[in-house]
Amino acid sequence: MEEFTYTITDPVGIHARPAGLLVKAAKALDSTVTIAKADGKSAAATKLMALMGLGIKQGDTVTVTVEGGSEEANAAAMEQFFKDNL
Amino acid sequence: MILMQGKGVSKGVVKGPIYFYQRAEGMTAQTAADDIDEEKRRLEEAKEKSMEQLNALADKAREEAGDEAAMLFETHAMFVEDEDFVDCMNAALEEEHCTAERAVEIAGEQFSAMLAAMDDAYMQARAADIKDVARRILNNLLGVTEGGIDSDEPVILAADDLAPSETLQLDKSKILGFITQGGSGNSHTAILARTMGIPAICGLGDSLKQELNGRTAYIDGETGKVAVEPDEITLTAFQAKLEKQQEMKTLMETMKGQEDVTLDGRHMMVYCNIGSPENVAAVHNNDGQGIGLFRSEFLYLAADDYPTEEEQFQAYKEVAAAMDGKRVVIRTLDIGADKQVDYFQLQKEENPALGVRAIRICLNRPEVFRTQLRALYRASAYGKVAIMFPMITSVWEVRECKRACQKVMAELDAEGVPYRKDTEIGIMIETPASVFVAEELAKEVDFFSVGTNDLTQYTLACDRQANDLGKFFDPHHPAVLRALKVATDAAHKAGIWIGICGELGADLSLLETFLAIGIDELSVSPSSVLPLRAEIRKSIAKTCTLEKLEC
Repeated sequence: MEEFTYTITDPVGIHARPAGLLVKAAKALDSTVTIAKADGKSAAATKLMALMGLGIKQGDTVTVTVEGGSEEANAAAMEQFFKDNL
Repeated sequence: MILMQGKGVSKGVVKGPIYFYQRAEGMTAQTAADDIDEEKRRLEEAKEKSMEQLNALADKAREEAGDEAAMLFETHAMFVEDEDFVDCMNAALEEEHCTAERAVEIAGEQFSAMLAAMDDAYMQARAADIKDVARRILNNLLGVTEGGIDSDEPVILAADDLAPSETLQLDKSKILGFITQGGSGNSHTAILARTMGIPAICGLGDSLKQELNGRTAYIDGETGKVAVEPDEITLTAFQAKLEKQQEMKTLMETMKGQEDVTLDGRHMMVYCNIGSPENVAAVHNNDGQGIGLFRSEFLYLAADDYPTEEEQFQAYKEVAAAMDGKRVVIRTLDIGADKQVDYFQLQKEENPALGVRAIRICLNRPEVFRTQLRALYRASAYGKVAIMFPMITSVWEVRECKRACQKVMAELDAEGVPYRKDTEIGIMIETPASVFVAEELAKEVDFFSVGTNDLTQYTLACDRQANDLGKFFDPHHPAVLRALKVATDAAHKAGIWIGICGELGADLSLLETFLAIGIDELSVSPSSVLPLRAEIRKSIAKTCTLEKLEC
């Protein structure tokens, strides 16, 4: 299992557009990607509505876990995605 | 007459019959389904059809309103396929033995309620998107095509609130405007209406009644007013605004792509004033021929600390590149007086308009000046940048500015950083002193640009911020216009061009005077370009007189 934390810089947080991009990116990987908030709530990165339901805002720190498949490469890809889009 | 007041969310005035949007609702039976497998198959089919429609809508939106609008429908498509949403529909089918229609309703309600309950206005607004998606699947299940406008003439479309896909699916040739009971300026309907240039008013509440269907109304998307069968006074007001709007529209269309030239062949450069790189789009939309004043203050005013060379370079480069070889006059730092920035820690002055401001700050703080000049010269490699110094009173100031430029160019040479050596240098004429020594100043620079607001303030000894000076603050004062003439003669004697970048440039009543004086350039707000162009193309320069310069 690979894991990293990221603090959201996008002013609107994980809103519909980046959430949609995240779902697309996560679906392309052979790992299970989970996004968890500091309050313990979490959602699979492939589920759009669940992601939006987390209500992640600018300044929130999220923990991203990558399990199964090529974990290391996929975690790196996810980290890059967050940096580029969120 | 019935008058209604809502919130204007997309400008424009139109007249037309009110037409209520037809929507298939209340058609779902709550009865138990006979065959769950058959219901599942129907649901699958409706989902597939919805996906096809959404993908087609995304393509259409991309063509009509750009990538942002397309993303909306792509997101809707993801909702249709969302695992939790699909699971919820299937669970309803299996556990409640309901019809596919009912399953879609249950899932739509559940997920829109989840978003509506979030303490985030943006997410709450997304509840409407979920409902929109659910309604689409439902309509496909029922085989209902909604939103068709059963009218031969164009209409003002009325609804409780329009979902984004509903507004986009409409036959726009039949729609004059939107009026809705709910919604907000941030709703997709408002955003799409603005992008498409259709007037829209939302938040009319219960006053917008179904029984108004078919009655003639005037709507004003600026003021949010709706008048059904208006009385004579209201009618006259709406008609006048409508005519003015029509005139402007015709003008806009015919003036685009035309030259800024008088009937007798005198050319005028019509440029734009902008305050940030975002304004460049407005310059293009209004066919501005260049940028005559790019105020660099936004970089300083928006920050908590001195903007870095790199930040400035990126902003200047963006504008220079976007203008694609057309002239971009960037004015160096013009703070002080009415524009204060904390981190400069300027001393409090009794008379800030006569204090350490603009070029005076730059000459007192060579490091601040150098950073900006380096950014400007680096940006010069990406377009036609011209540098302009504000608040000049003396020849020595200009020489000192030029020395600072030379120093920066030598640094860039040494570092091998590209820049344009022939970058034009100009000054603002906004003090009486600069007018009196204009001949000598003209020999030092490549152009003059007159800041009429400050020139009026300093010439007439009238504070431009004070609002009780009224009739004393008169930019049409012969003294101000004569100052323009003196500066213009000096510029032309030295063979350089002169423009006006103050508000006076867009004052059409002075255009003849400017032509008579011999002004070469007028820099105005982007929305003033086309009206100004229309006026220039009607003028005859050689018959213009200097009569306004007389007392």
